[in-house]
Order: sequence, then C-alpha cells, then structure tokens
Amino acid sequence: MRQRAQGKSPLRRAIDVGLIGSIPALLLALVGMVDAFSNRYLLEESVSTGQVMLAVVALIVGYLAARRISLPAQTVATKIGYGAVAGLMVGLVLALLLFIGEVVGINLRKVLVNASPALYEILAFNQAPAVGMLLLALMGTLLGALGGALFVMPARLRSAIITGITVIILLALLRDIVKLVFQQYEPTTALYRFLFTPNGGLTKIGLLLAFLLPAAADYVWSAGRPTLDRRYHALPDGTQKSVRWVGLAVAFILLLLFPTIFGRFPSEAMNNVILLGIMMGLGLNIVVGFAGMLDLGYVGFFAIGAYTMALLTSPQVGGGMNFWTALPFSLLASMIAGIILGIPVLKMRGDYLAIVTLGFGEIIRVLVLSDALRPWFYGAPGITGVPAPNVGGMLLNNPETLYYLLIAVMGLTLFISLRLRDSRLGRAWMAVREDEDVAEAMGINLVVTKLMAFATGATMAGLGGAIFAAKLGSIVPQTFNLLISVNALAVIIIGGMGSVPGVVVGALLLIGLPEVLREFAEYRLWVYGALLVAMMLFKPEGFWPDEGHRRELTEHDPEETPQAPGPADPPLPPGTVRDRAAVARADIRATHTEDEAGLDE
Amino acid sequence: MTLTERLRRLDVTTVIMWIIGGLLLFFIVLGSIQSILKGTYTPAQWFDFFVFGISQGSIYALIALGYTMVYGILKMINFAHGEVFMMGALTTYFLADEMNRRGVFDDKGALGPTLLSTLFGLIVLFAVAIFISMTVAVLLERVAYRPLRGAPRLVPLITAIGASFFLQYTARGLYGSNNRSYPNVDLLKGTVTFGQFSIQVVQIVVAVTAIAMMIGLYLFVQRTKTGKAILAVAEDKQAAALMGIDVDRTIVITFALGGAMAGVAAILYAIMFRQAHFFMGFIPGIKAFTAAVLGGIGNIPGAMLGGLFLGIFESLGPTLFLDGLGINSPNQLKDVIAFTMLVLILIFRPTGIIGERLSEKKA
Repeated sequence: MRQRAQGKSPLRRAIDVGLIGSIPALLLALVGMVDAFSNRYLLEESVSTGQVMLAVVALIVGYLAARRISLPAQTVATKIGYGAVAGLMVGLVLALLLFIGEVVGINLRKVLVNASPALYEILAFNQAPAVGMLLLALMGTLLGALGGALFVMPARLRSAIITGITVIILLALLRDIVKLVFQQYEPTTALYRFLFTPNGGLTKIGLLLAFLLPAAADYVWSAGRPTLDRRYHALPDGTQKSVRWVGLAVAFILLLLFPTIFGRFPSEAMNNVILLGIMMGLGLNIVVGFAGMLDLGYVGFFAIGAYTMALLTSPQVGGGMNFWTALPFSLLASMIAGIILGIPVLKMRGDYLAIVTLGFGEIIRVLVLSDALRPWFYGAPGITGVPAPNVGGMLLNNPETLYYLLIAVMGLTLFISLRLRDSRLGRAWMAVREDEDVAEAMGINLVVTKLMAFATGATMAGLGGAIFAAKLGSIVPQTFNLLISVNALAVIIIGGMGSVPGVVVGALLLIGLPEVLREFAEYRLWVYGALLVAMMLFKPEGFWPDEGHRRELTEHDPEETPQAPGPADPPLPPGTVRDRAAVARADIRATHTEDEAGLDE
Repeated sequence: MTLTERLRRLDVTTVIMWIIGGLLLFFIVLGSIQSILKGTYTPAQWFDFFVFGISQGSIYALIALGYTMVYGILKMINFAHGEVFMMGALTTYFLADEMNRRGVFDDKGALGPTLLSTLFGLIVLFAVAIFISMTVAVLLERVAYRPLRGAPRLVPLITAIGASFFLQYTARGLYGSNNRSYPNVDLLKGTVTFGQFSIQVVQIVVAVTAIAMMIGLYLFVQRTKTGKAILAVAEDKQAAALMGIDVDRTIVITFALGGAMAGVAAILYAIMFRQAHFFMGFIPGIKAFTAAVLGGIGNIPGAMLGGLFLGIFESLGPTLFLDGLGINSPNQLKDVIAFTMLVLILIFRPTGIIGERLSEKKA
C-alpha cells in the first residue's frame, strides 16, 4: 500500500488526499447537516454555518495535503499549491453532486432523502447551477491554499489564526446564548446591535473584530507566556499557592453567579451539563477510566436511582416521602445493583464485559417497560408527580435554584473522585487496569477492588438518576436507553479516560454544545460516533489527559504488532510533527522492550 | 481433594452464581411443565414456533459468522457488525422497491415467467446486498481497525462502538428515519402442509439458503488456500507471516467474508420480516453475538449451532417458560431471555457449547 503511494507523483497524491477528504464533505452534505445549519448565519445573511462546515473540511484537507506531501526543500508556493489542488478536489466533488442533481436532473432524493433542492441551493451559493459549480471549485482551491498556507506559516501565527476562526464559528453556533447574554443589560444591547445583524449573524465590522481580537490576544499570549511562566515559578511557594487559591476563588464565585448573569435558559443547559455530563461522566470514569472495565449498561443504574426516587416520592404511586429521605434508598438500590451486576462479570475480559453490561442495561429497560411488571413499575407511561427537591421550606423547582443543588452535588462528586483517585483504592484500581495478573500477584484483592469500582460508579449514577427524576418531575422508561451510557462514555473519552478535569471539559463540549444547538440534536450520535473513532485513532489519551494514562494508551505493544514482510517505513522529512511523534514513540517502545528483556534474564 | 477441602476453596461469588443459576433453571423447568400441562397451545402451534425459531436462528447464525471469524483472527469484537448487516438491508431496499414496481416479484412477470423473474430479482438483491455489506465491512477494517492493531484492548473496542453509532446515524441521515417495508414476494407467500403441521414457504427458503451459505463458507475455509490462510493467521499471526502469508490481506478477506454473510442475512431478514430501518442492526447484532459466544467464539460450526439454538430458544422460550408461570404478555420479554442466556453462558461455560477444541488450542 505504502510502496505504491511512494511511487506516485506528488500531484497525484495531492489529488488523492483531496478525494479522500471530499468524503466527509459529501457525507456532511448528504446526511443533511449542511442544510440543518443553513439558518445560522455567520456573516450577515450571506454565509451560513452549513457552508462554513464544508469550508472547514476544505481547509483541513489543504493543510493535511501540504503536511503529508511537501518536502522541506520545496518552495512555499509549491507547498501551498498542494493544498490548493487538494482543496480543488473537494470543491469539484461537491460540484459533481450539484451537477448530477441540478444539471442532469437525476432525482437523488428517492434514495438520499437529504439531497434536496435546498441543499443544492446552499451548494450553489444561491446562484445558477453552472455559476455555483464554478464558485465551488474556486472556493475549494482558495480554502485548500489557505490550509496549505497555514502549514507553511510560523506556528504562532497559525495558532492565532485558528483561534480567531474558532471564535467566529463559536459565536455563530452559540448565537442564541450570545443574544440572551448581551440583551440582559442596556449598554451591551447597544453593542450587540453594532456587532450583530437581527438574525444573529455578525456584521462585517463584527466579524473583523471577532476574528482580530482573539487572534491578537492569542498571538500576544503565546509570546508572553514563557516569561509569565518563568516569573510565576520564580515566586516563593507560599505566594504561588495563594495565587492558585485566588484563581480558584474567582472561578467559584463566577460559578455561583452563573444563573444571575446568564438567566434561565443557560442555567437549564448548565444543569444538564452537570447532571448528564459531569456527574454521569465522573461515575463512569471510575469504572472505565480508573478500573479499566468498559461498562455499557451504565444507564441501568441511572434508571434504578430514578425509579427508586420516583416510586418512593410520587404521591401518584403512593410514595409520599420527600427528596432527602428517599435519596439514601436510591443510592443504596443502585449500589446493590452495581454489586449484583459486578459479581457475575468479575472474571470476564474487556470485550465480553462490554456486551454483558450492555445486555444488562437493556434488560432493565425492557423489564420496566413490560406489561408483566406493570403493577410495580407502571409500564410505558411511566410515573408522574415526582416532587422537586426541597431545601428547608423552599422547593427547588426552577432551573436557577436547582442549579445550586447541582453545583453542590457536583462539588461533592468531584471531591470524592479526586480523593478516590489518590487513595490506596484508586491506585489499586489503576493497577488492575494496567495488568490484572500482576496486580493480583502484588496482593490486590481483585474481587473487592472490582466490586468497589462497580459499586461506587453505580452509586454516582444512582445519585444522578435520583436528581434527574426529581428535576423532571416524571419519568418514562424510554428515557433510559443506551444513549445515556454512550453520552457518558463519549464524555470521558473526549476528556481523557481516567482524567477528572477531562470529564468536566468533555461534558461542557459534548453535553453543553448540543444543549444550545437545537439543530444538532438529530446529528448528535452521528458526531459522537465519529468523535469516538477519531479520538481513538488520533488522540487516544483525550484532550485533557491524566499523565500516567497517556503513555499507556499511545504505546503499542511490540509483541502484538506483527510487521508484515515488506520494506521498512520510508524516512520522513526530519522536523515534521509526525516525525517527532514517531521518534518519541519508538523511544518508548525501545525502553519497553529493554525492560522486558531485563525481566527475562 | 477431599470434600471439605473443596468446600473451603469455594469462594462466595461462585456460590452466589450457582444459586442464581439453579433458581433460574428451576423456574424454567417449572414454567415449561406448567405451560405444557395447561395445553393452551396445540402441537401444531408449538411446531410453528419451532420452525420460526429455526429460520430466525439461521439468520442469527449468518451474522454470527462475521463476529466469530473476526474474533478468531483479531481477538476483538467487531461491535459494528450489526450495522454492516443493516447497511446491506437498508441500501438494497431501494433496488427491491424499484424492482417490485416493475413487477419483478409478482405475476405481472415483467421479465418473463414469474419463477424466472423472481429468481433473477432475488439473486440480484443478494448480490447487491453482499456487495454493500462487504464494502462497509472492508472500509471499517481499513479506516477504523487496522491503524489500531496492537493497541490496548479497550481502544479498538471503543472505536468499534463509535463506528457502530456512526454507521447507524449515517444510514439515518442518508436514507431517512422511516421504516421501509420490503416488497412481498408472490412466490414466497404460501405454506406447505403435512397433516396438521404447516410451514411457510418463506421460512423454508430462509433456512435452506442460510444453511447452504454456512456449509459453503465452512468448505471454503477448510478446503481452499485462502481459507487455510485465514485459519493460519487466526492461529499465529507471526508464524503465518513467516510462512509467506500476507496477514493484512487475509484479515481484509476475513472481514469481506463476514460482510458477505451479513449481506445474505440482510436479504433473508428482509424477505422474512419485510422491513428495514436504520436501527435494525442493533438487536440482531447483539443476538448474533450471543449466538457466537454460545457456540464458542472463534469457532465457525459453533456459530451456526449457536445461532440455531438461540433462535429456537428465543422463539419457544417466552411461551414455554414464562406463559406457564402466569406472566402477562411474555413475548415482550423475548430479548430478556436472550440476554440472560448470554450472561449465563459467559459465567458458567465461557467456552461455549462446542468450545473445547478452541480452548485447548489457545490455552
């Protein structure tokens, strides 16, 4: 495969990169995402986020083409040229779609439901098809060239430009929140009118400012950071500590003021982030991240917590307890369920475990849904009338007040997670994760350790479920589907398995963003799936990795990688990012084998 | 070893598991006896359940082959294999629908006599579904699994889960989320009667096709050079590479074969249940996996037996075990039976029904 690729001319390879890169662009268009986002404008009424999505693909393709193909000795123009060629291919493929659908007039819609006239209009920039095709090719070339240029320019400038582009896209995506926040106060409303058009797109000046300010800030920051770092570390230890405390205190105060500053809708979004993202993520992180057992039936414990809460409190089913008295029962029920599930799967290996837990989650849902158990669980209609949690005499029945309960509970789970991670038990979990047999030989009781992981994780999920039931006021069995487990899994994978701060980052990204992006709902799992694959391929340690885990995940076991008979990897141009990563990995691999050899003697 | 010593060595978890297992067995036997004594169902009805179980099970078995072969060679569960099946069924629907409109499957006989034109139509559908499923399976291997070969176990597993969701929602985005109903093939409508027992033609066709495919695959793997290469790579990748076998190519072929079987299963499922939608791969996927484990994962004849066994068990189970215990609408609990069975097998006999041969070799 690689041999053949080497034989090709660089131009052919640029074309290949472009053609492969056009697949994601085509998919984005044909699954309907481009069309769905066409009402979110980026610039006035002309550029929509749907188009920007395709543009970003072309940009990345251009960058990758320049990175993969060009040699350091080549001129800047050649490198940019490769990017342009690859970008052109993306444009041409999209133009071909337009040609088939609009010019030839084949009704693709019979099969591909999203190949609609609306999509063609977006692709053609609202022009006639022929003009649109030309524009597509042109834009593809330009964006590809820009991607190539990004590769050529110095890293600091590149980082600044990427920051600027990211901020613009985020502003367009988050327009509802942005609007809400700005319009809370008089002076900011005026500013909003200056920067944004009524439909939420940026004005030309707004766009320029939104790009230049963050870009400039990034540029200055990356210049000043080393000095700042040095100065900070030169401070005496006590001062460093107090600086950190001040930082934490400011963050905490901001967190407390969140509902006051942002109002109801963002508070509700934040509540979901905390409940479904952070709390569920932290719980699953203990099982998957710390102890290394892939549990896909996590939603089962969430359901048990929620049902216990609902059955005990809802007057409709003769409950009548209040939130706080029912809560311990919820936790207990899910903890026991965790142990009960834990016992049979103790001896199972990773992949079997995943399927069995998946089956367990489904069993719980099917049982609750079934007519057979209807007298106890009330079947498909679910249970309504679950009272909201109360503090003193006050009912926490709106997002703003519930927020404080959630913050408190989140703080508690974060604290528990962090303390567990550094405890003896936490280290035992990680030892089991790295190597079960060795851990057992070192005197770790596998049964107790694994069951503790299951029980702790399940209890956290039960806590989440209990609050979930009280928050919504009613529960239906269909809520508790695999999606919740996959959400939590995606959160910890994005953040970095086993990393506690990573869970927070992952939750904000994966739960927070969709909360405020209504169009996104339909494509959520599509994107999650792609993200899971992409993360495992390119960044298995996550965006905010836990130090110890990072190496374990990137390091390939030399024994299990049989090298197919063939020529060795061709030498890469020195100095490229890939090259350095490869050298680092080879180093790790080398030390690893040495260690093993030492053991054998 | 004396009895007391053995008792002392027993750990608590094992005891708990045996108790749970024993209880389940007790209820199964009790339920079965009561169901049979109650006599709500006639022998003909029991026979119906049984035949339905066989044809459903043979579809599971075909899908299970994909799991088992990939597991045998890569020691990983191709979690997205259910989606390979779904892609085959859903994509081919559009062709089937078009053919149906032109009268390929009914007595209008656009292509000559009904028998010939139906046969032609079905063969084309099989070919297209096989092609699509094979392509998806091979792409999956190339894009998602090959770069991760040799990575820690959890990594390809998570990739597979991600790929599964990605494929599901790609299908939903491309083809829409509605339930597509496959055409009703005229020739497959009737029933064959023997005395008081009758079998639907479609069930016979499904079971016979599936079993023929399985025998074909078995012979292919055992007799041809490529098949032997697959066995060799499954045994020991490095040694196989040293013997001049192209490991990468063999793995691709394995995925392609699994995909082809899933493609056949897709059309069989489509003519039997006459529907296709983007989520259809999930449950059959898990069931097929259960079948593979049941037969001993990595073992090709095992997957076939496991599939048939699971199909029959699932079709008879709800009425046989649960109805007698006085449980309402037992058919809703069909999936629970399959999953419980999976858990029980993994606990009590992880090598599957005929797994000894495999475990001896690999241990």
